[in-house]
Amino acid sequence: MDEAILKIRQLRKHYGENLIFHDIDLDVAEGETIVIIGPSGTGKSTLLRCINLLTHADGGEIWLDGQRINAPGVDEDLVRQQIGMVFQNFLLFNHLTALENVKLGLTKVKKMKDAQATQKALSELQRVGLADRAHHYPGQLSGGQQQRVGIARALAMDPRIMLFDEPTSALDPELIGEVLGVMRQLAEEGMTMLCVTHEMGFAREVADKIVFMEKGSIVEQGSPEDLMYRPEHPRTREFLWKITELYGQQQEGAPADGFEAEPAWKPNEDEV
Amino acid sequence: MNAANFLQYIASGTAYTLGVTLIALPLGLLIGLVLALVYVYGGKAGSRSMQAYSIVLRGIPPIVLLFILYFVVSGAINLSPFTAGALALGIVSSAYQMEIIRGAILSVDAGQMMAARAVGLSRLEAIRSVVLPQAFRHAIAPWSNEVAIVIKDSSLVYALGVPEVLRRAQLIGASNQNYLLAYGAAATIYFILVWLANKSLVGLEKRLAIPGSH
Ligand SMILES: Nc1ncnc2c1ncn2[C@@H]1O[C@H](COP(=O)(O)OP(=O)(O)OP(=O)(O)O)[C@@H](O)[C@H]1O
Ligand SMILES: [Mg+2]
Repeated sequence: MDEAILKIRQLRKHYGENLIFHDIDLDVAEGETIVIIGPSGTGKSTLLRCINLLTHADGGEIWLDGQRINAPGVDEDLVRQQIGMVFQNFLLFNHLTALENVKLGLTKVKKMKDAQATQKALSELQRVGLADRAHHYPGQLSGGQQQRVGIARALAMDPRIMLFDEPTSALDPELIGEVLGVMRQLAEEGMTMLCVTHEMGFAREVADKIVFMEKGSIVEQGSPEDLMYRPEHPRTREFLWKITELYGQQQEGAPADGFEAEPAWKPNEDEV
Repeated sequence: MNAANFLQYIASGTAYTLGVTLIALPLGLLIGLVLALVYVYGGKAGSRSMQAYSIVLRGIPPIVLLFILYFVVSGAINLSPFTAGALALGIVSSAYQMEIIRGAILSVDAGQMMAARAVGLSRLEAIRSVVLPQAFRHAIAPWSNEVAIVIKDSSLVYALGVPEVLRRAQLIGASNQNYLLAYGAAATIYFILVWLANKSLVGLEKRLAIPGSH
């Protein structure tokens, strides 16, 4: 594969005295979908926020498309335009309709003409299956619909990479599928994606690579088969075991070929 | 002098009352808005200085500030009592309106700003297009309180000799020895103005309510 779109080297972040993460190395190549998993408080959200400069790393390098983006003198607004972000709690602009939510960046940031922006926004809403909800306000949409508008809003900026921070964990179970469906479709269209999610069905079928993060560092990363069925690290096994218990096995969609076998990562009781 | 003339004399002061209010309120809103932005987004120095501004202005009776500002300002530039009074009330009101707008800004979820920045909006553009439109909706209810106060406080400029409603009531009440009717008429006028203002702001709040939100 070509040079990675996103390249992270030795990234480190602390809040005050607290070291949130350190020594993070990560490459995301064009068209790749990478899933990050890991326990709560591990720094996954903080990592995503560092990548699109919503907060600043304290050390290390972030490269987007060959440009160092966490350096003095970088136009951060310009960088953020190129990185789409989807939030756990949607964060749609409450006072704007779905269409206006998607349009805002087009008119205010890309300085598009109103008619052109409307057209582009409508086609993005179409892409997430919500053209018929264009004139609804966030409060008039279901959680799943709100999140799809959130995805459309990010897509409208034609980002080089999309970041997803637990996009389905605030949703009722019956609404998760529609959001994962959109994400799956994006991956198939060749969008480059970095997703924090514990939807292991999605990870197994869509991800090119799964990254397991714990206590502020990357413990292990690999293909879904390797990581889920042949994890090297006991911590990975243990975590995978925990989330299966937590999220159950009711993943949408059938498992891809070759994944019917029992997972090999049932931990021993005495293994910590 | 018949009753109709008597009442008409007082009512014609309404123009001054409204004039003072319509200068003081927008002036206070404009200053209050800028200061609220400095308060919320201006870092430590910003919030400290705005806190001081707020405490000082809110800790002094408006009429005292009115006199101070009138005599200070009219020493520098030649202002009519009407203009000076309206400006002074506007400045007094700015402290209260700053607090109202600040509260409204803080009531907008911080995630809204984060989402706006994530799309690529500058901080200023995010404030303008995302935070303030929501904050203003939250501000209408507390703001209608301040509108009522400014309408009523506009009567203070009578002390500078502006022939507004209260001043006229006092004059004509004295010359006719019918204070009760005079002040009663003045009270009625203020009451109607406040009532109308509140009613239209409630209407505005309804009209601007975001569909689908509580
Ligand atoms: N703005 C902040 N100031 C101080 N500490 C913070 C801040 N944001 C996050 N933290 C701390 O950083 C650590 C990592 O938080 P983060 O939200 O990145 O974890 P996470 O892996 O996304 O967890 P979760 O799965 O619960 O979302 C936590 O201990 C959190 O308390
Ligand atoms: Mg998180």
